[in-house]
Amino acid sequence: MSVAIATDLHIVTGKGGTGKTTVAAALAMALAGDGRKVLLCEVEGRQGIAQLFDVAPLPYEERKIAVGPGGGEVHALAIDPESALLEYLQMYYRLGRAGRALDRFGIIDFATTIAPGVRDVLLTGKVYEAAKRRSGDQFTYDAVVMDAPPTGRITRFLNVNSELAGLAKVGPIRRQADAIMQMMRAPSTHIHLVTVLEEMPVTETIDAIAELGTEKLPVSHVAVNLIQPDLLTTSTRDALINGSLDTETVGAALERVGLPPDAAGSLIDGGMDAAHRATLQTDNRAELADCGRPVVELARRPDGIDLGALYEMAEQLGDLT
Amino acid sequence: MTGKPHTQGSKRRARARPRVLIDDASRDGRIDIDGMLDDRGTEIIVCCGSGGVGKTTTAAALALRAAEQGRKVCVLTIDPARRLAQSMGLTELDNSPRPVQGVEGDGSLDAMMLDMKRTFDEVVEAHASPEKAAQILSNPFYVALSSSFAGTQEYMAMEKLGQLHSEAVADDASSRRWDLIVVDTPPSRSALDFLDAPERLSSLLDGRFIKLLMAPAKGPARLLSAGLGIVTSALNKVLGAQFLTDLQTFIAAFDTLFGGFRQRAEATYALLQAPETAFLVVAAPERAAMREAAYFVERLAGEKMPLSGLVVNRVHDDDSSGITAAAAESAAARLRDGDDADQKTADLLTVRAERLRVGAREGRQRRGFTSAHPSVPTVSVAALSGDVHDLAALREIGRLLAG
Repeated sequence: MSVAIATDLHIVTGKGGTGKTTVAAALAMALAGDGRKVLLCEVEGRQGIAQLFDVAPLPYEERKIAVGPGGGEVHALAIDPESALLEYLQMYYRLGRAGRALDRFGIIDFATTIAPGVRDVLLTGKVYEAAKRRSGDQFTYDAVVMDAPPTGRITRFLNVNSELAGLAKVGPIRRQADAIMQMMRAPSTHIHLVTVLEEMPVTETIDAIAELGTEKLPVSHVAVNLIQPDLLTTSTRDALINGSLDTETVGAALERVGLPPDAAGSLIDGGMDAAHRATLQTDNRAELADCGRPVVELARRPDGIDLGALYEMAEQLGDLT
Repeated sequence: MTGKPHTQGSKRRARARPRVLIDDASRDGRIDIDGMLDDRGTEIIVCCGSGGVGKTTTAAALALRAAEQGRKVCVLTIDPARRLAQSMGLTELDNSPRPVQGVEGDGSLDAMMLDMKRTFDEVVEAHASPEKAAQILSNPFYVALSSSFAGTQEYMAMEKLGQLHSEAVADDASSRRWDLIVVDTPPSRSALDFLDAPERLSSLLDGRFIKLLMAPAKGPARLLSAGLGIVTSALNKVLGAQFLTDLQTFIAAFDTLFGGFRQRAEATYALLQAPETAFLVVAAPERAAMREAAYFVERLAGEKMPLSGLVVNRVHDDDSSGITAAAAESAAARLRDGDDADQKTADLLTVRAERLRVGAREGRQRRGFTSAHPSVPTVSVAALSGDVHDLAALREIGRLLAG
């Protein structure tokens, strides 16, 4: 392996309910092939990673939670702003005693809950630290994956360091904020949007691509999750829509296999419903195809997400690595 | 921590009971939605839940149904889907309620979308002298706080709710503009952050940090100590002196407003605990969403908030054919090789089998919740095949909610 010039940072965002944590975890597994070491972090205090991998809640400490397909390692970290701030003060300013004094004055609490943007700066700052960390002459991690806040908040979240830079015009915080913004806009950073084929998430995704683009935070890939299998053939769908598939025809077929023919009406209603949903899915897919970013599709996992499902999804996410 | 308005709330709590008649509701464990909407004692309905579960749609559908049953309703939405907003005539963000056209019956429905920054600005303008307001509004720290702070939306949603409610109850009962306010909560990482608002503001205001920042404005000598020196120099070192100066100017200018903020936050908190309020937790029948719902239910109980029940959206359990998934699948397999009608029927049976399996999985999630929270009434809303774009669809959801 050649010496990397930068650790790849993958930022995964998406509307609530689209499965962004699952996609972030699967992407981390995909990146952990061939003996590579990947850090998967979450920043919202939801313990989504722990729930997904079915392990105890993650502390503010990097620990191995899975192995990648080729023997690589996925480590996980739940970043909380209080710990990040204390660590930051200690690391950069050796503020052991003063750090505790800040705590006593309620400043840690103020900074992490009330002060505008500081929370987000600390969360992105910790990710920055992990991505730049070295062990010897190599980067500690080959890639860092962040399960980021939802699409509605993502631009503000990633851009918060430029906002802070507007507040703190000089000093170390300013330098730190500038360095983080530089990393966010670097070619080694990849922003992925997770969506489902429904109207609102698709609209939000297209809006987010434009919004992030304006802030020079280009979107790398769109991952379409939870795709419903299309169970109707085209001819069945057409017959349902033009009304030629009637209760008599279906009832007769049901009778031939020993099922009650009066279920025909309800089956046709169910079929109409599926046809309607399939049409919406097709429309939304077409709309996404015009978004200008490469799209990767992931099928709905009817039996939920376990480790096996994550490995399979990791394979389908190969394009994003 | 001081100032948490629990003492105030606990007196009311003695008589505060969730507005849904538990005796009626628990017979089949179902929320009596129409009973809740019809009860003039219900003045506020709060819909909360994680992102992407249809909170805003539920809030809008309840508001429309209440209005069409004769109530004077205002619905406060945070971040509606574009076409849902259009369906209610919410085409512009002007931060004040506008009448919704097309509502049937004697009631009325007003709707508004929250503009967080404008709400904040209006509070400043209403409570500070003109020159002080101008000073605050142009302070860089305020600009960042009012437009980007992750928690501002929660505070402002509650501020606006408090405003709307006091506007509503200012008139006597017969001439009120609204007698019911329906609100959905922000789609944030912790949609219940607003519950913390009074405590956070109080601990901030009573904290030594504000006193420290206020020190230059209020006679510095008394507060100076060795500890303070360390802190100020540490802050200067990390943030730069100019940052601290901006912050100090902001706090000094804002000083007179903070007390009012706290008072109103406490009043809103007490209002949320009051028997006039009904909380509905909204979820979808999936593992993550149901887990979030359980968290909301427990959190609301912990805060002594009057929970009316759980709304589960997008449920697939409407089977009336009497065919099991296994029977549908095996029949489909036999029909696959038949004539055209057989093959099409096989398709329909495959769709049915899939839907039954989804329904069974969702049923397990819902039963899991019910066994853990047996006293919480629930209502399920069947999945619609399309998105909600008009009052007719909202009306249909309202009908499904009422059962």
